[in-house]
Amino acid sequence: MSELTRLTAAELAARVADGSVSAVETAQAHLDRIDAVDEKVHAFLHVDREGALAQARAVDERRAAGEKLGPLAGVPLALKDIFTTEGVPTTVGSKILEGWLPPYDATVTRRLKDAGIVILGKTNMDEFAMGSSTENSAYGPTGNPWDLTRIPGGSGGGSAASLASYQAPLAIGTDTGGSIRQPAAVTGTVGVKPTYGGVSRYGMVAFSSSLDQGGPCARTVLDAALLHEVIAGHDPLDSTSVDAPVPAVVEAARSGSVAGLRVGVVREFRGDGFQAGVLQRFDESVELLRGLGAEIVELSCPSFDKALAAYYLIAPSECSSNLARFDAMRYGLRVGDDGSRSAEEVTSLTRQAGFGPEVKRRIMLGTYALSSGYYDAYYGSAQKVRTLVARDFEAAFGQVDVIVSPTTPTTAFPIGERVDDPMAMYLADLCTIPVNLAGNSAMSLPCGLAPEDGLPVGLQIIAPAMADDRLYRVGAAVEAAYQARWGHPILEEAPAL
Amino acid sequence: MTVTDLVSYEDALASYDPVMGLEVHVELGTATKMFCGCATTLGAEPNSQTCPVCLGLPGALPVVNATGVESAVRIGLALHCDIAEWCRFARKNYFYPDMPKNFQTSQYDEPIAFDGHLDVQLEDGEVFRVGIERAHMEEDTGKSTHIGGATGRIHGASHSLLDYNRAGIPLIEIVTKPITGAGARAPEIARAYVAELREVIRALGVSEARMEMGQLRCDVNVSLRPHGREKFGTRSETKNVNSLRSVERAVRFEIQRHAAVLDDGGVIVQETRHFHEENGSTTSGRVKEEAEDYRYFPEPDLVPLAPARAWVEELRAGLPELPLARRARLREEWGISAHEMQSALNAGAVDLVVATVEAGADATSARKWWLGELARRANEAGTDLTALPITPAQVARVAALVAEGALNDKLARQVIDGVLAGEGGPDDVVEKRGLRVVSDEGALGAAVDEAIAANPAVAEKVRGGKVAAAGALVGAVMKATRGQADAGRARELILERLGADA
Repeated sequence: MSELTRLTAAELAARVADGSVSAVETAQAHLDRIDAVDEKVHAFLHVDREGALAQARAVDERRAAGEKLGPLAGVPLALKDIFTTEGVPTTVGSKILEGWLPPYDATVTRRLKDAGIVILGKTNMDEFAMGSSTENSAYGPTGNPWDLTRIPGGSGGGSAASLASYQAPLAIGTDTGGSIRQPAAVTGTVGVKPTYGGVSRYGMVAFSSSLDQGGPCARTVLDAALLHEVIAGHDPLDSTSVDAPVPAVVEAARSGSVAGLRVGVVREFRGDGFQAGVLQRFDESVELLRGLGAEIVELSCPSFDKALAAYYLIAPSECSSNLARFDAMRYGLRVGDDGSRSAEEVTSLTRQAGFGPEVKRRIMLGTYALSSGYYDAYYGSAQKVRTLVARDFEAAFGQVDVIVSPTTPTTAFPIGERVDDPMAMYLADLCTIPVNLAGNSAMSLPCGLAPEDGLPVGLQIIAPAMADDRLYRVGAAVEAAYQARWGHPILEEAPAL
Repeated sequence: MTVTDLVSYEDALASYDPVMGLEVHVELGTATKMFCGCATTLGAEPNSQTCPVCLGLPGALPVVNATGVESAVRIGLALHCDIAEWCRFARKNYFYPDMPKNFQTSQYDEPIAFDGHLDVQLEDGEVFRVGIERAHMEEDTGKSTHIGGATGRIHGASHSLLDYNRAGIPLIEIVTKPITGAGARAPEIARAYVAELREVIRALGVSEARMEMGQLRCDVNVSLRPHGREKFGTRSETKNVNSLRSVERAVRFEIQRHAAVLDDGGVIVQETRHFHEENGSTTSGRVKEEAEDYRYFPEPDLVPLAPARAWVEELRAGLPELPLARRARLREEWGISAHEMQSALNAGAVDLVVATVEAGADATSARKWWLGELARRANEAGTDLTALPITPAQVARVAALVAEGALNDKLARQVIDGVLAGEGGPDDVVEKRGLRVVSDEGALGAAVDEAIAANPAVAEKVRGGKVAAAGALVGAVMKATRGQADAGRARELILERLGADA
């Protein structure tokens, strides 16, 4: 493995900037790594070799011309296949969009390109971001680099696995109920769900519009912050994007500290279903924070018990409407158009063939929850719970600056273990979902390996909306303390591929 | 049901009391679509005015057109509605190929304007108040063209073509409260309501509201209940009734049809019906066996709207004089009857007359030209008065030339001919065609002398006291001067020379 693929994004950017390595060499080293290991990992659905090298060449040319480069110029990145990329396949992990070449770039894609970041390709994901294991991808599962027989989390398993297997130093994910944080937790990487509206959703294929949020994935807190700064900020093309300055995340990541900070521990983020080793590492993290000078406050957020149920009404309801556009009329798959069938029949056959079972399950669930006579009982009640969850957070943030929890109740489970048990699968997002319902920001970062299986455990840090900088301040402090204890980044303990 | 099965209108009204509901969709004349920046120009190449947003491509998001919202608020205010302090868009979910997202972004239980009224004036001058339930914002669909079937219907078509240029064009849907108490005048009231609403929309300048272009579309709901019954009967919904005359006919037809069904002991099915221009009938469309479930929910891609009160008041203060009040004022100023005003309105001449008066003409002659000669020309050309290539200022100039005696009516019509033919303004035409009344005594005198000399027998009769015979001599003078003589003066001269008294 080329030494270049072991470097952090910050280190790579510095080398490209000082000319000690070219962006093309950097891109090539990562493309070579992809060629070497991705057959085993299957992090990528599409590798855009030519596009990546062309972007890298452009960075080198701009540098040669004396232009000032952005802080991540020339650094390669793996983009979740949910963001549109002009002329480059975008499938959202679904057969229904197989072969579609979007005519436009998502705002995130555009900002990455403008920053000189080199997009290596598009990463695997649960179909339409519905899942917690990437097993729902229509193109086959992704392996967890720590143990290829285990899931890399989901829906953004491809992005997390690409980082953990050194195929890319940066990745982009999206998080509707935990799809950035849970994969980060189970792969020993860093993932951030920004405040809702912090990163534009324009060109990010919608699953559940009121919950979806794109965000940065990286191997270090600082790298995540640098990427966060590139993609965040108001976008006039997204009405729900926040029109306010981006929190100073990079500065926070460079000055990690928790001294004097009040850190909340929520009683409801514990209990049955939590793996012992996960709770052990979490408790150690709380002690570590206390040791670093934080004040620990125990809290109760009673409505969180109902968050999962509310989420599984709101997200399917919105998805049943968002996914209605896949009707075989304008793009994507078309099945049964033999000249004898009506448009309605073609739409029906295409959706039958093009959507996988989990997507169909959620469309049906959502269609039912929105139907007249049931709306108040289901969608309406779920929205009330959502308000209660937001109020619980509000009350909690009256007492503390950040909240911490395990990111996910267990470490990576074996591929296939929960595919027939959706409820068990849904529980993976128990601690992450309340954050999406309230629109807050949260980060997952490694806090050790579970003693029973030697797999990574994630620590979740939650901050109020538009206080994303707190995540980085606390995250950087925790990361530094753990690395001092371990003597190296945790990923170095992962087996070689 | 055929047309012959209908109960006579009078019999229907004798047994039943009609209740109506009118839903009007107005296409706003904004430069761009409701949720994206695409142009809204009519008649463009199919699918040339589309983008990821209005095509519903994966990942695309809507952004609200501020002018669309402003237009909706102004329409609401003009209809005396309350303006919501806070409201949201909602998704109306149903599958149809010409709807790119398979949901329509609309408003559901939180319309931007609600609870208003519109006063409409009937032919006899009576004013009827129509209650307005709500006015809400939504987007139009694309257009399907079915190929290979009969009469462009989907049934039997081999394939369909989709044009999404119209998809996303802003619409305002205006829904009346149930219109009761209309009795036999229901069809007339329906027509007058749509006509008055169209005037309001035009006065606001938010749409040209041309029904023949689909810029204003009307759905007519009708039900009957026996006299004295409180509860409404089952309604039928006749869709896309797209002219004023059709609105009137559709209501009338449905009253007669419902009465026939009810008289027979039958029940009215709640259904969508199609209106047929050719014979004024309606036929059953889609039967709503179960109420269609649109699964409305608040549109999560758009933030709620909260029109600031100060802004709403600013818009209220900036409303133009509303058409009904304006017509009452003009009627006073012009000294005409309600019926005459109605004729001017029906002809689409009110604004033209106003502009002509503003250009200096008196109201009587302005009305005379627009409703007489020019209305006839427009009719012949199959176009609207506004489409004629003559301006109110030019009409005012013609009127002025007549008033000062430089033109008589016949010459004036020739001047208008010239203007319409593109020969320039009235003065240019007068100049080029040499159209001036000949009142020059020398020239006229010579023509009179010639006419007398050429018609000795007629001259003799006049001399003998048969003054009426002078007409033939006047005719000869007019002929000789190609109509340019001042006929009155010519007659005076003839009588003078022949020693007869007028």
